[in-house]
Amino acid sequence: MHKDIFKHYPANDRSNLIAILQQIQDEYGYLPEEALQDVASFLCMPVSSVYGVATFYNQFRLTPLGKNVIRVCRGTACHVKNSANILTALESELNIVAGGTTRDKLFTLETVACIGACSIAPVININEEYYGRISVKEIPKIIKKYKTEAKKEISNLESASV
Amino acid sequence: MVELTINNIKVKAEEGMTILDAAKSVGISIPTLCHMKDLFPTGACRICVVEVDGMRGLIPSCAYPVSEGMNVLTNSARVRISRKTIVELLVENHPQDCLICVRNKNCELQDLSETYSIREHRFVGEKKDHAIDISSASMERDPAKCILCGRCVRVCNEIQKVGAIDFTNRGFKSNVTTPYNKGLNVSDCILCGQCILVCPTAALREKSHIKAVAAATNDKSKFPIVQIAPAVRASLGEEYNLPLGKNVTGKLITALRRLGFKKVFDTNFAADLTIMEEATELISRINNGGKLPMFTSCCPGWVKYIEQNRPNLLPHVSTCKSPHEMEGAVLKTYYAKKMGLNPEDIFVVSIMPCTVKKFEAERPELNQEHLQDVDAVLTTRELVRIFKMTGIDFVDLPEDEFDNPLGESTGAAAIFGTSGGVMEAAIRTAYFKIAGNHLDKLELEDFRTENKVKSKSIKINDDITLNAAVVNGIGNVGKILDEIENGDSKYHFIEVMACPGGCINGGGQPIHAKPEKIRKRVQALYEIDANAKTRRSYENESVQKLYNEFLEEPNSHIAHEILHTNYIDRKSILKRK
Repeated sequence: MHKDIFKHYPANDRSNLIAILQQIQDEYGYLPEEALQDVASFLCMPVSSVYGVATFYNQFRLTPLGKNVIRVCRGTACHVKNSANILTALESELNIVAGGTTRDKLFTLETVACIGACSIAPVININEEYYGRISVKEIPKIIKKYKTEAKKEISNLESASV
Repeated sequence: MVELTINNIKVKAEEGMTILDAAKSVGISIPTLCHMKDLFPTGACRICVVEVDGMRGLIPSCAYPVSEGMNVLTNSARVRISRKTIVELLVENHPQDCLICVRNKNCELQDLSETYSIREHRFVGEKKDHAIDISSASMERDPAKCILCGRCVRVCNEIQKVGAIDFTNRGFKSNVTTPYNKGLNVSDCILCGQCILVCPTAALREKSHIKAVAAATNDKSKFPIVQIAPAVRASLGEEYNLPLGKNVTGKLITALRRLGFKKVFDTNFAADLTIMEEATELISRINNGGKLPMFTSCCPGWVKYIEQNRPNLLPHVSTCKSPHEMEGAVLKTYYAKKMGLNPEDIFVVSIMPCTVKKFEAERPELNQEHLQDVDAVLTTRELVRIFKMTGIDFVDLPEDEFDNPLGESTGAAAIFGTSGGVMEAAIRTAYFKIAGNHLDKLELEDFRTENKVKSKSIKINDDITLNAAVVNGIGNVGKILDEIENGDSKYHFIEVMACPGGCINGGGQPIHAKPEKIRKRVQALYEIDANAKTRRSYENESVQKLYNEFLEEPNSHIAHEILHTNYIDRKSILKRK
């Protein structure tokens, strides 16, 4: 519970706002609306200001992450190798824009400044795995792999419960 | 004192003064956008930059203090180019719809574009695109027109301490909005409209009732009636360059008749009525151990604030409707009956210095058998627009008088429009009702100051000494509410006005009024009071007649039904913590 986080901080002192938000995000993976309201009342500041800070920094998320997080490298080397097309292809494949999460909560699509794997540009990273020298053509196949995995997990769960 | 040079002019300035103020003192004007007098400078907009000898870059004059021997150029080519570029960038990211904009010819961005002679589109690029928020009953928020100066945010946060809006996101996506970009109707906003008064563009504006009013005045089957709030008569003249603080009641009545209103009544009548009800309620609370302190309920912004933030304290708020709602209610009951009118045909329009009144008029509690007490509310600004549209040459109009019986009022009613006025008016009547004799000195100077919280103890008789307080601006109410919650409030009666200065500086008043202007408006109201034939609400003969013929006595059963209301716990509705 995020209320336990407040125990480590003095009330009514907004200088701890960012630290508190970071801890809440560690707890939930994102910043739930209810938590922002609690932070606001704990620090005696308007919710609008808390929300302002939460939207100012890229590190904070206001929606939960999907099961699989796709990061598209938009660094210089990848850019030269047309990573913009990769991103567009992913956006249309998943029907979301960068920063968004699919309705089935399977995928979250993000961009990063540089993954640090310029030698295999253009590169994307899904969860722990890296896909280098990737082309637009390969994208549907990769996405399908994760969808199938998810389906398998669900049917395993269902048969286990039966 | 320090001595510096600005544009080769020797200037003596006080230590700590900003370059901006020092320049102003010798007649050099520097443009500003984010600057707000008396608030800590942010230096965000950079439009006020100047060149200072020995400094590498240009510096914002609003945020930089003068120093001995400083040499400042406010009008060098470098400065002009820099300012012009800022304006060009703002203009290019702004909808180019001045011709159909409500702030056309009253817009700071337009003025700056003219000042810096911008004649071409030098930058073309993506423009920000935000939906217009029309969710609230009183206001519209059009973030596409926002130039991010932040003045609304500062008024909302630092002066009103409501904190409904703030900057969100960053860079190109920066936007001033509510948490989660939700509608103002479900935000912490109290719709006071102080943000409209400081907005340089039309990013914040009132929701217009002009169409509804025009439809009603043109509809032969309707009986349109208009009423004028006290504060409007002291500010409207400004829009016509009449002397500041000129009372334009007479011309205003003529103009409204020409618009097609069948009757022109005075909200001041209902202000006297409010005092009768409110003073009686106060006395009854004191005598019968009711909830004290009692708060005034004339200000719908304040009522919305307490409903949203401290619903536990709602029993402290007087149950009286606000004056224009009382007037509407009396019009649709007593007056309709007296004149043989069908209440459904009566269309009541209130001319108000206020934006929240629009929200208030739509409150479902404020009706008579499903007929709204007030059908439409026009702000002072909207009224001026209608006058222009209908070819009313305000300055040359002859003077006229209010219709009766809902046009008679005392001096006590006139001062409702200024902070402390309701309190003064209420005390005049409460004193009489308790002590049985008239109060000798009617002017309570302690309540006429510009202080944020004003208080005074008034000895009424040997038993009762009334502790009264006036909260001048909703940003100053927190401590008083805390005291009540902690059970250590010493007050009996507290007036709260959401806008600093009271209705005279309301969110519906002419834009960009300097403090001197507002003082003149206040003076105008005090003059109306000082020159009035009667100055105590209980001396209003039409009000007495209304009680004799219809309402029986203050706080009677029927008075409660028609003139009183109830409140809502909006904190729970909005799911606030």
